[in-house]
Amino acid sequence: MASVALSEAEKVYIVHGVQEDLRVDGRSCEDYRSVEVETDVVSNTSGSARVKLGHTDILVGVKAEMGTPKLEKPSEGYLEFFVDCSANATPEFEGRGGDDLGTEIANTLYRIFNNKSSVDLKSLCISPREHCWVLYVDVLLLECGGNLFDAISIAVKAALFNTRIPRVRVLEDEEGSKDIELSDDPYDCIRLSVENVPCIVTLCKIGYRHVVDATLQEEACSLASLLVSVTSKGVVTCMRKVGKGSLDPESIFEMMETSKRVGKVLHTSLQSILHKEESLGPKRQKVGFLG
Amino acid sequence: MAGLELLSDQGYRVDGRRAGELRKIQARMGVFAQADGSAYIEQGNTKALAVVYGPHEIRGSRSRALPDRALVNCQYSSATFSTGERKRRPHGDRKSCEMGLQLRQTFEAAILTQLHPRSQIDIYVQVLQADGGTYAACVNAATLAVLDAGIPMRDFVCACSAGFVEGTALADLSHVEEAAGGPQLALALLPASGQIALLEMDARLHEDHLERVLEAAAQAARDVHTLLDHVVRQHVREASILLGD
Repeated sequence: MASVALSEAEKVYIVHGVQEDLRVDGRSCEDYRSVEVETDVVSNTSGSARVKLGHTDILVGVKAEMGTPKLEKPSEGYLEFFVDCSANATPEFEGRGGDDLGTEIANTLYRIFNNKSSVDLKSLCISPREHCWVLYVDVLLLECGGNLFDAISIAVKAALFNTRIPRVRVLEDEEGSKDIELSDDPYDCIRLSVENVPCIVTLCKIGYRHVVDATLQEEACSLASLLVSVTSKGVVTCMRKVGKGSLDPESIFEMMETSKRVGKVLHTSLQSILHKEESLGPKRQKVGFLG
Repeated sequence: MAGLELLSDQGYRVDGRRAGELRKIQARMGVFAQADGSAYIEQGNTKALAVVYGPHEIRGSRSRALPDRALVNCQYSSATFSTGERKRRPHGDRKSCEMGLQLRQTFEAAILTQLHPRSQIDIYVQVLQADGGTYAACVNAATLAVLDAGIPMRDFVCACSAGFVEGTALADLSHVEEAAGGPQLALALLPASGQIALLEMDARLHEDHLERVLEAAAQAARDVHTLLDHVVRQHVREASILLGD
């Protein structure tokens, strides 16, 4: 992970501030930094989103392609995640330097989506055992300013909300061979329901308290963090402890309660932003990186 | 040949442009706060981001340090979702490595590397959406990023692609025009002196036509220079307003 070098005095300053519920930029322990979300940023994709959380900048593109269903789930489509930690974020990610972090994030994404309710995979099936939609979710990490997992999960949810999969019909002719017909209207598409798509809330343990949405400096002061993936209804789909320190069991329960509380608020604000952006329609002025 | 007509009888191209017309260019400097210099450019539907780190100490082996000038290190990466067909690997394949070397050659000609001996300048270019002219967009974005980082250069480096169809030279090719298989020329120019930093051409072209295609590319590069100059001045004006001068 991109890290910043902090002196002991700076660490003490941050730790003491957190004990008093006051962080360096004035937030309280459960406040997020201001988040900018924009969808439909890249046009070669079926859906895309860009999330800017403080200095963390993530771009996600979703491409829908036709493939064969997996053997153990013949009537479902599936999602494939790929995370590219680009050298833009820090020169250490040049060449293969960013592969380790990329694989770690991709594996976490696989785990949080590895349940029946997050995404309706049956709607991605075209004809059982033969054709299905495969959604390739590609995450591009452009700038690293702390709290990567949260930003990436918000971007993935926004990109899946924005994804438009063309409607197809399977035609069977007399010999029994199947033909797939794409609908003529380019706007005729199916949308995914992202009601149950989880978001990750990362809680970093600093001293005796835990903080939500840590900056790079705060992450350098924390020895252990808990990643909790929460849906909009407050259901926890995955939990993971990261970091080289240790956590005691009571703090884990406290952190889980915080994450459920914070997660629900995060989901409601994200949903309202996405619906507001969608209601502006095709005449919405696209800003992208130019604004 | 039936099919797509790259240049109509009235002189219009597939997207409605004239032969020597550039696509709409929009650019912004200082996109990322944590990098030393960064820039973003949109040339039609091609979007490219460039980030510069440096000059800083040589990473990796010290033996690569040059005693009298800085080392310029470039990486070209294109996002997996940038092209119509999904790319499996963003960088590390042959085309990306070759583009990285070409970018390095281009910028070694323009950056005043003698001012920073034994150090390294990293230029990382990311293509977000590829619709033809990716090399040119990368060079233009990288020029703005190097200027944003405050690294002294001899001159702007402005690049443009050009092609040749039915006796007319076309400037700034889009993906459709590149895929049609005609000759393509990529040119990187230092506008003030008219010196060429990089010249690359694919496919067969009769030498009688070469001058025309080269002139079309050079004129397009000079037009790009006018735009980039305007973007830089605008950025400096905004920065000085914020500083309160």
